[in-house]
Amino acid sequence: MTEKKKDYQKILASVQKPVIGEAGKTGTWSSLKPELDEEKCIPIRSGKPACFNCWLYCPEACIEKVVKEDSITLKIDYDYCKGCGICEEECPAKAIKMVEIRPE
Amino acid sequence: MTVTQSKNNKKHIKILSGNHAAAHAFRQSRVEVVSAYPITPQSPVVEKISDFIANGELDAKFLMVESEHSAAAACCAASATGSRVGTATSAHGLELMYEMLPWASGNRLPIVINLATRALGGPWSVWTDHQDFVTIRDVGWIQFFCEDNQEIYDTNIQAFKIAEDPRVFLPAIVAYDGYILSHTQMPVQLEDQDAIDEFLPPLQHHLNLSDVSTPVGVDPVTTPHVIIRPEGTAPGYYEYRYALQKSLENSIDIILEVHDDFAKKFGRSIGNGIYKTFMTEDADIIIFAMGSVASQARTALKKLRAEGLKIGIVSLRLFRPFPAKHLREFFNGKKTVIVFDRDIGYGYEGVLSYELKAALYGLKEAPFIKGFIVGLGGRDITTENIIEGVHKGLEAAKTGEIIHTCDFIGLRLDELDFLKEDD
Repeated sequence: MTEKKKDYQKILASVQKPVIGEAGKTGTWSSLKPELDEEKCIPIRSGKPACFNCWLYCPEACIEKVVKEDSITLKIDYDYCKGCGICEEECPAKAIKMVEIRPE
Repeated sequence: MTVTQSKNNKKHIKILSGNHAAAHAFRQSRVEVVSAYPITPQSPVVEKISDFIANGELDAKFLMVESEHSAAAACCAASATGSRVGTATSAHGLELMYEMLPWASGNRLPIVINLATRALGGPWSVWTDHQDFVTIRDVGWIQFFCEDNQEIYDTNIQAFKIAEDPRVFLPAIVAYDGYILSHTQMPVQLEDQDAIDEFLPPLQHHLNLSDVSTPVGVDPVTTPHVIIRPEGTAPGYYEYRYALQKSLENSIDIILEVHDDFAKKFGRSIGNGIYKTFMTEDADIIIFAMGSVASQARTALKKLRAEGLKIGIVSLRLFRPFPAKHLREFFNGKKTVIVFDRDIGYGYEGVLSYELKAALYGLKEAPFIKGFIVGLGGRDITTENIIEGVHKGLEAAKTGEIIHTCDFIGLRLDELDFLKEDD
């Protein structure tokens, strides 16, 4: 019985590499989503890279700081936002409100 | 195993997981101190025990400690105060306890620890194999392996009685497969508390640190030489360790005695107390295995017998002390033994495989022995795997070629695309 020998040295340590969305779009798990009021948000209205508490505290890294030369915006990734409400809790300007999203 | 009506004619059958069977055994054995740290898949044992203590069903102290090392250390200290103690763990929990295990056996502390077996990382696994069980085989503990939940209950109660016997005074591990038994529910007959109390009287420890009228220091630095003084003599380390070995060797007699007493009183036995046999009366081919592996092998027997093979199973219950004498008696004259290990002595063979070979060394009519590795990390052991092993073992027996490595059965290397060879 001749069997090609497998190169078992190709199997070393069990290593995981991070990917986005390994567990599917976890944003579907919640009907609560954060609504951002850009007029209240400190970095957006001042144009200065200040605060960013929501970006800092989001446990899923769903909030992105978009800092350009002349403007600042915050992008929320609703595909993976699980609606935990920590951003609403941590915002010092009360610029975020968790709202219920209902299907049409 | 059959659940028979107990001799005192009262039936208390509960549907219990293996973990809860162990917890009930602790409750009814009136364990006095449990130092607990959780780990998958044993946590329900200590959780259930804490329930029993909280609702007054067990009068004991429950110590929540910060690690398994502390749990084992607390067991040692609590035992040295003269208390009946125990806990439960798995895999790396047992490995973390490792430092304290020879301390417990060396100081002859009758601690009972339940082991819901679990594979050792890396890589990280929560599923069962027997590696954790075998890694502690040299530290001087009595080791049992259970094949169903009734055995877990029965063996725990017997373990306290054996461990605490003045002819023994050794700690014991009661092991059972993680998830397969720990989390699977089966009917378990619980015995009357009065009957258990009759069978298992209170502990008469050789140490009692809680008696402060006679202060003693346990386990001082003990020299290589014997102490000889006008006031008296004291052993050296070598003599203490000799005594430990002798006691562990002789404990087989007490293990058999307690097993038989239990069978007389409660009407249930686990083979002869050392191993169970299935269809071995006329068999010259024997499958040798422990726990879930032996259970699985039973499903293959019908097919193998239909092939005309005179084949049976020996399911090992007592792993330490290793019952070499009893196994020699049984295996003398058998033709072929196929060993299935759910563990491996890396760099050598499956542990059961090489320990059996060593035990049968020099037997006039020694069988041909072939070992296989199965089911590491919870890889399913199928009926087909067992049949494959038996056929391969019989092939090897024909050539008579003796090798000191084990084949792995049930690998799925062929499905790994990165391993496909270019021609």
